[in-house]
Amino acid sequence: METMLFLPELLLILLALVCFVVSLGKNPRTALLQGAVITFSILALLVTAANYQHSGTLFFGAYQIDQLSQLFKLVLCAGLALIAWATPGLRGIEKRLHPEYYLFLTVSTLGLVMLSSAVELLTIFLALEISSYALFVAIPFRQPMNGRQQYEASLKYVLFGAAASGLSLFGMSYIFGLSGTTYLAELSPLLPGLISSQPLAVAGMILLLCGFFYKLALFPMHFWTPDVYQGAANETTTFIATLPKIGAVILLLRLISLAGVDISQLSWALGILAVASMTIGNLSALVQNDIKRLLAYSSVAHAGYLMLGIIAGSTLGHAAAIYYAVGYLLMNLACFFVLYHLSSDNRNLKLDDLNGLYRRAPLLAFVLAAGIFSLAGIPPTIGFTGKFVLFTSAFQQGLYGLVVLGLINAAISIFFYLKIIRAAYLTNTDADSSAVSINLSSKLLGLGLIFAIILLGVLPQQLLALAKAAVAYL
Amino acid sequence: MRRPGQGMPYPYNQGTIVEQYLIFNQLNYPIISVLLLLPLIGAVLGLLFKSDKAQLRWGLGVTVATALASLPLYTQFDRTTALYQFVEVRHWLPALGLDYAVGVDGISVLLVLLTTLVMPLCVLCSWSYIKERMREFMFVLLVIETAMIGVFVSLNTLLFFLFWEAMLIPMYLMIAIWGGARKDYASIKYFLYTFAGSIFFLASIIALYVQTGSFFIPELMEHSFSFTFQAWIFLGCALAFAVKVPMFPLHTWLPAAHVEAPTAGSVILASIMLKLGGYGFLRFCLPMAPEATWYFMPWLIGLSLISIIVGGYLALGQSDIKKLIAYSSVGHMGFVTLGIFLLNDQGIKGAMLQMINHGITTGALFILIGIIYERTHSREMSVNRALGAMMPVYVLFLGIFSLSSFGFPGTNSFVSEFLVLLAAFSKYPLVGALAIVGAILAAAYMLRLLQSMVWADSDGHGHHDDEQGNGHILKDLNAREIGTLSFLTIFVFWIGFYPTPLLEMMDVSVTHLIDQIGDGLNQAGDDNLHHAFSSWGNKMTGLLTTLKP
Repeated sequence: METMLFLPELLLILLALVCFVVSLGKNPRTALLQGAVITFSILALLVTAANYQHSGTLFFGAYQIDQLSQLFKLVLCAGLALIAWATPGLRGIEKRLHPEYYLFLTVSTLGLVMLSSAVELLTIFLALEISSYALFVAIPFRQPMNGRQQYEASLKYVLFGAAASGLSLFGMSYIFGLSGTTYLAELSPLLPGLISSQPLAVAGMILLLCGFFYKLALFPMHFWTPDVYQGAANETTTFIATLPKIGAVILLLRLISLAGVDISQLSWALGILAVASMTIGNLSALVQNDIKRLLAYSSVAHAGYLMLGIIAGSTLGHAAAIYYAVGYLLMNLACFFVLYHLSSDNRNLKLDDLNGLYRRAPLLAFVLAAGIFSLAGIPPTIGFTGKFVLFTSAFQQGLYGLVVLGLINAAISIFFYLKIIRAAYLTNTDADSSAVSINLSSKLLGLGLIFAIILLGVLPQQLLALAKAAVAYL
Repeated sequence: MRRPGQGMPYPYNQGTIVEQYLIFNQLNYPIISVLLLLPLIGAVLGLLFKSDKAQLRWGLGVTVATALASLPLYTQFDRTTALYQFVEVRHWLPALGLDYAVGVDGISVLLVLLTTLVMPLCVLCSWSYIKERMREFMFVLLVIETAMIGVFVSLNTLLFFLFWEAMLIPMYLMIAIWGGARKDYASIKYFLYTFAGSIFFLASIIALYVQTGSFFIPELMEHSFSFTFQAWIFLGCALAFAVKVPMFPLHTWLPAAHVEAPTAGSVILASIMLKLGGYGFLRFCLPMAPEATWYFMPWLIGLSLISIIVGGYLALGQSDIKKLIAYSSVGHMGFVTLGIFLLNDQGIKGAMLQMINHGITTGALFILIGIIYERTHSREMSVNRALGAMMPVYVLFLGIFSLSSFGFPGTNSFVSEFLVLLAAFSKYPLVGALAIVGAILAAAYMLRLLQSMVWADSDGHGHHDDEQGNGHILKDLNAREIGTLSFLTIFVFWIGFYPTPLLEMMDVSVTHLIDQIGDGLNQAGDDNLHHAFSSWGNKMTGLLTTLKP
């Protein structure tokens, strides 16, 4: 029974081993590897789905499987499969490193999957590091045709990551020093009292959260985002921009809900970070010309929106954060899917490179439009419904100031999202640009993404109900 | 508490929406869903047609079919009740209490009819104007029609907002793809203004939902909220609607958008989209925040007067005909908001009639500008001079609609402006006197336009040169153009001489609306403008203190 609960993780470990074995050979076949990654992650997804209702604890209570962790594992496994599907051929990665590349993506996902089940501070830290270290290695795998920016990106990611982990660990030491335990279950009755009586506990919590702010790219831990997005290969950025954020959300949910129902001590600090994140992200994105940098700053802003639901703290707020995280995965995947297929020579795309996209690749243009309009929060996309639920939950908790500032930010962000749409739809093709052709499976993925973004936006109740049921386990 | 009359049997009793909101559908088929789906399905099916001609015929067919399908709204409309009619309710998101609820009352029904009747003309005036990407153009046009009808018929705040936002992208595309030289600037400006406004509208919708747990408009109208809450709701909604109307000082997107948009886009903007703002005031601000309405009334009257006068004054100085009409729209819509915020029977009826009339007259004027632009490739008054001899039929229509535009007796706008002025004089003579200035300005700029375009001194050669500098004779209107304009001319004189049928349709609903906001009389002091102005500062400070979490 317990093995069944741990089976998704075992499958991912098996997948990592397969990749490792393949990496020992001379001529790796990327298509087969891609197939293996998709198959294994879908298997892991199916196993998780089959055990969705089950719950239990493993490893002396450090590892907990419940509906919350299962929901996130579903999303993470689906995310890994989609990312592998969206980036066929790994054009941007050196050929001989393909097996290693998939190996590290798998290990990073494994870390995130473990993170969603970890309920003990050291386990959390371990899972966090597993997911980060794998990426530190994967970022410099980019084809060395673009100077050395991938090394710079990797180094920045390492340095910021190490600093964030250090802060996190430091915060844990305070929490442990005050409470005498590292188990979240034992912390949860103690922490509300500590937070209201001991300023040190507030400082400890904020420091502890820094590690996850880093993953989520929330101000002030966001500085790595634009450079890493820009320096990493398009396929690596697709991964960095999506899955680690999902992992960060679950831990933020778990840790902040520890602080109890009345989190006013924390919420003003988190509120400031959320608003600063939205504002800095959106204002910086206004002046970007490199699309990946633009999306990086937009992700900083979205981290801010997402925090609204977490700060609201109600069931609806938490469910909204989960719903929005899923939506964020889909819409970012849609955007990066298009970027990957457009950038046939693995360059970073500028806004001008999108010119006349509606003629060169109508389907890609439409996928991009769906993703961008969803990021901008325009109905009937999942981005709109997500923002709507987030703002509603924050409003219900009386966070009027945050809601108004969030809405103003949403209005600002329209400008740079429209720049992308305008380039793709309203400018004419240059003479030398040719049609972009994509194969059938990518077409299917594109249609599927559009479908999911709109369908989940129009009919959100199933996903919201799942999320609400999941947050009951917090 | 403010429940009108005895309820008719309620056929769609499905649980969440109960009989108490007094809504019904007198037809045995869902007419409003038909109106919403016809253009939408037409838009999707239209993508199958390849040739431009087929596109145009299909678009015309779909819009005419929608127009015909909407006629029962006029013939079967029950003029004796303020209840919502032709109502349909379907569950959509039970978790959030969100239903698909549509219906019309005396306030929205005329605007729905205006939309369905103007859209075929938008197709007709694009017949030779649009030269590229016809398939996308027709798609966008039909989607806009669905979205606009959707806004007018929504009985659910979130549904209203969805349709409201759904207009944004297609209209943006229409300006940005088929627009003129500065289309980038104009389209972005349009999008940003409208989106920024609607964001606060969304905040108000959320606030109403959190306060009452309901998105259902008739239910929200029954609630009485605290003054502070009303004031915030009012401001949030009013910002969105004031951008749309547009009201000074939020009007600057309009001239840019109008001038750059293709003819069909200008007609849609002028005839229908601006009305969404006025409609929003009537549907949201007045009934849901009556006390706040009374409280903010002096300010909105003031802004309306500034819109009337500034719009007229700016129109007087334009040499670009399209820009002139665009600024005149600001002035005419100023009469609409003025009428609404006089908060009495004549004022609101005048405002609603003025919305219809502005839709007809200004729509026609934009069609006329499109026609002359197709012939001379210029919108400058100095180029399009002395057309009287060459294009007599054109000039005839130009004359009719220009007279209508400044409210010449016997034309449609006279009736509505007269009603608004009557309301203004009976309440605040000073306001009436200032509004008269706007009416005089309108006469001045329209006569200047007429004088220059029709009779101006032609020195005999060179005015209508083509690119090679060869003078040539301009062709007068063809049958399609005459048909388009004649259709609108009927309404100019019908409403001008016999507006009673339209006034009858809105009568009961307006009375009901006045009932709903009448309570404010005691709170803010109807005749005491000074009092309202002097206590403004105190109350604003009070409002701001409520911002604290």
